[in-house]
Amino acid sequence: MIVSFIQRAVMQGIPLLYGSTGEIITEKGGHLNLGIPGIMYVGAISGVIGAFFYEQSVETVNPILAVMIPLLSSVLGSFIMGLIYCVLTVTLHSNQNVTGLAMTTFGVGFGNFFGGSLIKLTNSDTPSIALVETSRCFKTALPFADKLGAIGELFFSYSFLAYSAIIIAILVTLFFNKTRAGLHLRAIGENPATADAAGINVNRYKYVSTCIGSIIAGLGGLYYVMDYADGIWSNNGFGDRGWLAIALVIFAVWRPNFSIIGSILFGGLLIAYNYIPNLSFEQVELIKMTPYVVTILVLIIISMRQKKENQPPASLGLSYFREER
Amino acid sequence: MGAPAIELKNITKTFGQIVANKDVCLTVNKGEILSVLGENGSGKTTLMNMISGIYYPDHGHIYIDGQEVLIRSPKDAFKYKIGMIHQHFKLVDVFSATENIVLGLKDEKNFSLKDSEKKIREITAQYGFELEPSKKIHEMSVSEKQTVEIIKVLYRGADILILDEPTAVLTPQETKKLFAVLRNMRDSGKAIIIITHKLHEVLSLSDRVSVLRKGEYIGTVNTAETNESELTEMMVGKKIELNIERTKVEETPDRLEIRNISCINREGVTLLNNVSFTARAGEILGIAGIAGSGQRELLESIAGLQKLNEGEILYHNPSTGYTENLRDKSPVKIKELGVRLSFVPEDRLGMGLVGNMDIIDNMLLRSYKKGKSAFLNRKNPKDLANKIIEDLEVVTPSAKTPVRRLSGGNVQKVLVGREIAASPTVLMVAYPVRGLDINSSYLIYNLLNKQKESGVAVIFVGEDLDVLIELCDRIMVINSGKITGIVDAETATKEEIGLLMTRNDGGESNE
Repeated sequence: MIVSFIQRAVMQGIPLLYGSTGEIITEKGGHLNLGIPGIMYVGAISGVIGAFFYEQSVETVNPILAVMIPLLSSVLGSFIMGLIYCVLTVTLHSNQNVTGLAMTTFGVGFGNFFGGSLIKLTNSDTPSIALVETSRCFKTALPFADKLGAIGELFFSYSFLAYSAIIIAILVTLFFNKTRAGLHLRAIGENPATADAAGINVNRYKYVSTCIGSIIAGLGGLYYVMDYADGIWSNNGFGDRGWLAIALVIFAVWRPNFSIIGSILFGGLLIAYNYIPNLSFEQVELIKMTPYVVTILVLIIISMRQKKENQPPASLGLSYFREER
Repeated sequence: MGAPAIELKNITKTFGQIVANKDVCLTVNKGEILSVLGENGSGKTTLMNMISGIYYPDHGHIYIDGQEVLIRSPKDAFKYKIGMIHQHFKLVDVFSATENIVLGLKDEKNFSLKDSEKKIREITAQYGFELEPSKKIHEMSVSEKQTVEIIKVLYRGADILILDEPTAVLTPQETKKLFAVLRNMRDSGKAIIIITHKLHEVLSLSDRVSVLRKGEYIGTVNTAETNESELTEMMVGKKIELNIERTKVEETPDRLEIRNISCINREGVTLLNNVSFTARAGEILGIAGIAGSGQRELLESIAGLQKLNEGEILYHNPSTGYTENLRDKSPVKIKELGVRLSFVPEDRLGMGLVGNMDIIDNMLLRSYKKGKSAFLNRKNPKDLANKIIEDLEVVTPSAKTPVRRLSGGNVQKVLVGREIAASPTVLMVAYPVRGLDINSSYLIYNLLNKQKESGVAVIFVGEDLDVLIELCDRIMVINSGKITGIVDAETATKEEIGLLMTRNDGGESNE
């Protein structure tokens, strides 16, 4: 049971890990993207749309296309969302919080609208779309996983998107600490005027980091629907995982490698109620609250310790006007 | 001393009507330290900004190594190996020194902080800097941060270094270390320009001195062949008649008595050092001094905005006859004691007014505590706003215009008008005519004179010595947080005040 608990916790955590890695890249460039929940939602529905029409158009699905088409449509969907956010906040200097919240509202509405439309197209009785074939392709695990018993279940039973999430998180950590571009991006998030004076193209970095961050976050939505939910889309099924991903950013003190552990912890806390017997309804809700409580505790602790390295990027949420130097 | 590294010929720069630099000529040789000396607003920084590519001159030529060059951007300046160290550091707080130094560099093939750190250690060893490259900026003292800035330009291969008032933020020991490093750099053939207004630094550090006054180039002298009084005269010039009327008030009782106040900031720099003086009712007390000598801290400590380490601020209340100690009391507490204090701060839109609010609401800021109703009463502030607009000839579309949209002079009139309307017994004004045209300036002078005649103790922090001498009754000179003298304005000369402003007897005793 412990093994299956951890396995489920990891699967719960992967969407959060994608979301928080994407948000960390964005925040390191000084942009607080509260549109992440919406972007993850759009990433999911875009993948669903791609998969739906591919499944409808062919008799037997080609596993490679069945993965590539939803993947590319998901990337495209979340990229466009990121681009809209960039145009509004980087070029037009609109307020980042307001823009982000609008993007979330928009993304969720967009997802539910197209989700509802697709459900109508299928004429099914249940309010959901089942993309079983596509999901099976996405869930292909390593072939030797079931031969290794508990170790196989714990480490090798996941799909490629789950491993990608961890690899991306590690790569992003290396990018921040070991590359020139990473140094430049961090400088922009801390002090854009200094970065500008040092000859760094601030707006280009902001665009690229925010759009890449959105794409990564969108993959979290795709993973959720294709893998975690077994290819079954139902409106609002994604829940508040997007917000949890943003909370995870704070929990991980802006370090993607910490998010890997954090996401599994959050995932575990989210599903813990299933593994504790005889809980009343109220107790279930209380346990579901724990990730947020933990986040608040982390916030309190990092504020009290006043360690500069653990603070959010100094110019997070602030627009940068060169003329105001 | 080597060949000229950089030569400026007849450089002129104007901003609208204001001439910031007029026909300035300057030469710096390789292996030489040149001081550019001048009062506030004499155009030193503008000139240096033209060398470092921030501004572009209207007329004139710049030669580097004998070749005429055009410096259009900081990038061009960098190409000609010119490095400027600004007064305000451009550093990322959470980065290490190394990370800050390599920030923005693109030409190195491999990105390796270790290699960069090695190169930085070579530079520090060569010139005798003290710096740990892996230390984070936010853990550094001001002088360490400055070291990072200097190494940043050296790392990029600068041969001509410009330092804008490098010692303004340093303690005397740190200054000594900096000078040693600068001399090392000079001896290795770099050309160094240092902007300053501290005479003793000029004399001890530089090889030659160029003097600017009100944007004009006065001349260059060899440091070995000059002395303090000659430089002061070049810097301040002869007295100009301004014809500001100065009335004498018969009775001038003591109003505010400052006794031995001292103030040390968090970095351990002494901002105010054993300051004592008395401000009398019916008198304008001028405060002269180079910008940043402690004027701001002095006024703020009287207004209850600055914590003091030592001393007392005594207020003799004319209506009750009591004496109150205002030290470390909040502005609200001071007001509750019945002290009618008005303060026109240097930073008008930052500390004095709210830019996005209209004139009426800005009036309200001072009186919002009056009245018992839960709702605001806009009637009185509105009358006051209209009265100020009329009396002080504020140019504004209406009283409902956000003050941010008014011109600098009109903003100042609104602020001064509001502070005077509170019928103060002590009125403190800091640089009230900065950025104002002649007419507005005279209007402000007249307002201050009227306040004085009605028995207010006026404290006036100014920068133009001619105005201070004409307007004030007594002038107190502050230098590095220390009072170096209080002179009678009727008999004082500009040279006398200039020497008090720059004399080096405050510096060393700070230790």
